[in-house]
Amino acid sequence: MSKVVKIFHGPQHPGITGNMSVELDLIGETIVKAKTHVGYLHRAFEKLVERRTAMQAFTIVCRICVPEPDPNEENFARAIEEITGLEVPERAKWIRVLVLELSRLAAYHLWMGGQAGSTGLYTVPQWSVGYRDYILDLFEELTGGRVYHMYIIPGGVRRDLPEGFLDRVAEVMDLIESKLPEFDRLFFDNAVFKKRAIGTAVIDPETAIERGVVGPPLRACGIASDVRRDAPYEVYDKLDFDVITETGGDVYARALVRRREIEQSIKIIRQIIKYIPDGPYRTRIPYPMNWKLKAGETYVKTESARGEFGYYLVTDGSEYIRRMHVRGPAYVHGVSLLEDMLEGAQLADVAMIMNSLGTCPPEIER
Amino acid sequence: MGWGIDLKGIVSPFTALKYLAKHPHTVRYPYEKKETAKRYRGFHINDLEKCVGCGNCAKICMNETIDMVKVEGIEPKTGDSGLRPKVDYGRCCWCALCVDVCPTGSLKLSTDYVYVDEDPNSFIYIPGLERKEYEENIGWTCETDLDSLLDLERVPMRIMPPEERVKTFAEAVYGYTVEEARREAERCTGCGVCISACPDRMHIPDYIKAIRDGQFDESVRIIYENNPLPEMCGKVCTRRCEFNCIMTHRAGQDNAIAIRWLKRFACEQFESYEDVLNLEPQPLNGKKVAIVGGGPSGLTVAYYLRLKGYETVIFEEMPKAGGMTMAGIPKYRFPIPSLDKQLNHIKSVGVEIRENTKVVKGEPKSSNEVSFEKLKEEFDAVYLGIGLTNPMKLGVEGEDLKGSIQALPLLRAVNFGEKIDIGEKAVVIGGGNVAMDCVRVLRRFGVDVTLSYRRREQDMPADHEEIHEAKEEGVVFRTQTIPVEVIGDENGRVKAIKIQRAEMKPDPKGGRPRPVPIEGAYEVWECDNVIAAIGQKADYSFLPDEIVEKLDLQWGKIPVNERGMTKIEGIFAGGDAVNWTADAISAIADGLKAVKGIDEYLSKK
Repeated sequence: MSKVVKIFHGPQHPGITGNMSVELDLIGETIVKAKTHVGYLHRAFEKLVERRTAMQAFTIVCRICVPEPDPNEENFARAIEEITGLEVPERAKWIRVLVLELSRLAAYHLWMGGQAGSTGLYTVPQWSVGYRDYILDLFEELTGGRVYHMYIIPGGVRRDLPEGFLDRVAEVMDLIESKLPEFDRLFFDNAVFKKRAIGTAVIDPETAIERGVVGPPLRACGIASDVRRDAPYEVYDKLDFDVITETGGDVYARALVRRREIEQSIKIIRQIIKYIPDGPYRTRIPYPMNWKLKAGETYVKTESARGEFGYYLVTDGSEYIRRMHVRGPAYVHGVSLLEDMLEGAQLADVAMIMNSLGTCPPEIER
Repeated sequence: MGWGIDLKGIVSPFTALKYLAKHPHTVRYPYEKKETAKRYRGFHINDLEKCVGCGNCAKICMNETIDMVKVEGIEPKTGDSGLRPKVDYGRCCWCALCVDVCPTGSLKLSTDYVYVDEDPNSFIYIPGLERKEYEENIGWTCETDLDSLLDLERVPMRIMPPEERVKTFAEAVYGYTVEEARREAERCTGCGVCISACPDRMHIPDYIKAIRDGQFDESVRIIYENNPLPEMCGKVCTRRCEFNCIMTHRAGQDNAIAIRWLKRFACEQFESYEDVLNLEPQPLNGKKVAIVGGGPSGLTVAYYLRLKGYETVIFEEMPKAGGMTMAGIPKYRFPIPSLDKQLNHIKSVGVEIRENTKVVKGEPKSSNEVSFEKLKEEFDAVYLGIGLTNPMKLGVEGEDLKGSIQALPLLRAVNFGEKIDIGEKAVVIGGGNVAMDCVRVLRRFGVDVTLSYRRREQDMPADHEEIHEAKEEGVVFRTQTIPVEVIGDENGRVKAIKIQRAEMKPDPKGGRPRPVPIEGAYEVWECDNVIAAIGQKADYSFLPDEIVEKLDLQWGKIPVNERGMTKIEGIFAGGDAVNWTADAISAIADGLKAVKGIDEYLSKK
């Protein structure tokens, strides 16, 4: 009988996505059992929000996800708007979609670096994180912050677009688009990546549905599910874009979905540049210092780079939020599905599989 | 997939080699500091001169980053708490909400973001006082009104149109609806800077909060804690609070929180105050206080002393209490039912008001008179709330002609429904609120009114709203004109007024510019009446001479100590005859001061 070796993959490991750990039982290089351990990160966002007024809480939610904070802001703002009946001006909706798509692009570029890095292709992160910085520059100009934007506020957005901003967005879009073939040559067509990714960590459509997998992992199984199309929010119903699907269900299919969605995001942003209307960018909040929120509850969802990102919000008529529940896309696959998928996988593939799923521990331990 | 098939996948990654000799786009060497965006959220900048220490920044901050602290060299004053924000960068999350709720625009964030120091305490400091090196590099700031989270626009008050107004003495201001009042109350951030401006230190943020929460009865209770005439204040107060409201810094005077209208709104929600306040006055303690004059200060003293268990009696010369708010303020600003509602409440707690009773010196000559000496004998303490009842005279030739009158008797006659004798054309002289009341009342009688004032319009002591509304009603303003002579006809009636035009010359002593008559620039305006509204003074003729002497009057005013007591033991005073601001809210404040003084004095006695 072969000897079983137990090792911890994370929490301090360059190949782990965020602060979590996977306990692996190995025979040789093959994983026979995997157990996920979360709890290294717990920052108690949901509890923090309960102790803050609506305005104060709005500055916290973005911190739930570092690579892609904006869907959190969008969800929080939309939940408050739905409960209180606050109207959002048309221009603000377009700006929000612009921010969300830029953040998707930034998140995919960061993912590309992680995915390639986890397969040992270290040139890709040098490039992709570099180009992501051009998007962060745009964010800095628009929102005053590179990573945590705190920009989408209940009622609209905090500031109007700076002068000439859309021209600079267009330039960055051209730059990113021009680099995509190079990424194809370097990474997506790369024989090393294909060899390792194709057929690895396959999710079949039935399992995906059963487990509630969302986002690119679900679309990689051939199921065209996208919140932007299925339950359009803001102005997505006015925009022309395709829901990308692949059929492999494996790491490579998931990578291709993301790769092709970068093109869709660029397409959406170009439409925004063309059609964004003039007008006010914010509706006044009744009482920013101590806004008493109407009692109510709602569930709102946004398509983040990792899939459906939901917030369940309950208010009780006081200025505080009674309960906020974050339903992040990583929650479904980051714990139990990952454990199942790692069984039989190779030790060297753990980081690659986690990256391809987009596991993000703050969504599990919110 | 075999090795031979995916040749492209093996070769294509090597195309990246073309970048091998190229300069990297991400690395700058030698190191250059990155230029941050114009909106960057870096360290705080605060203009300490502009900041009024309202504390909105500290209140909105979710991390308790900001503490409001005392800064040496900045003293608290009216409209300024004297405190300034101190920032702890160990806590700051750079959300910039503090900037978005800053009413003065003094707080900004800079584009600077790098600071390295070994001393952890150096990361806690007062922006604007310490670490000023980045002050020029302004980053995140509120450029437009919409950038600010504060609602800078006041909910407009509905007012009767001018063409309707001049036809009636019905109240011109309609008042807020419930929805409007709550919306207006929501604008208030509750900073409390306004309290420092109110002579009476009313609990303004508290009663506005109660309105915001829909608890109008609670609001009235808070108001009644230190003001027994709130509906009067809600309609005609000089509202220094609003002039010091933090909203005025960005949005201008007309967009201050409508504190006056909100108080009025709360009070108007109830037919009477007895059930709302549900007061139980202390049982009578056997001590009696006489109050001379039933104006705002006298009513305040009587009301709060009665609640404390003193028997209080007001001696009022006129047929109705209220003082100048009854006799002076026209009814389109403060209707009689409003006054009655408040007087009834004051009476309901057991205050006795003896109307038509004049206090005189020496023996009373009729049943309507009581002697001051007797009051002093019979009562344990006397309060003088006598106000300013003697109008000043122009001091020009022809002033005693028929048709040349003073504003106060005219207003009083109108308010008490007496007949007045006014021609078709009148000239009113003065620039204060009494002059405005006078011209507007005359317009309601269809009189063609011209207002003559020595200085410029911006120098007028009258409320700018009153000036605006008087103009709307068709009053002709002739500023920089000084009356020289009232000209009469053969019957001894006013026929015209001769004025001399003036020019403004700077005061050599540094005061406000003075009007200097222009030589030979005379004008004669035909008119049937000349009405002087140039001020009034107190009338002490009812007091025995030795009392007047002992009071030691200074410039016609009665000096009192911090407890409202005059130089004669047992005699207290307050109101217009004591203070120099001479408005109702100051009179109420004087009254409350005297309530404490009298209570203290009689408790020891």
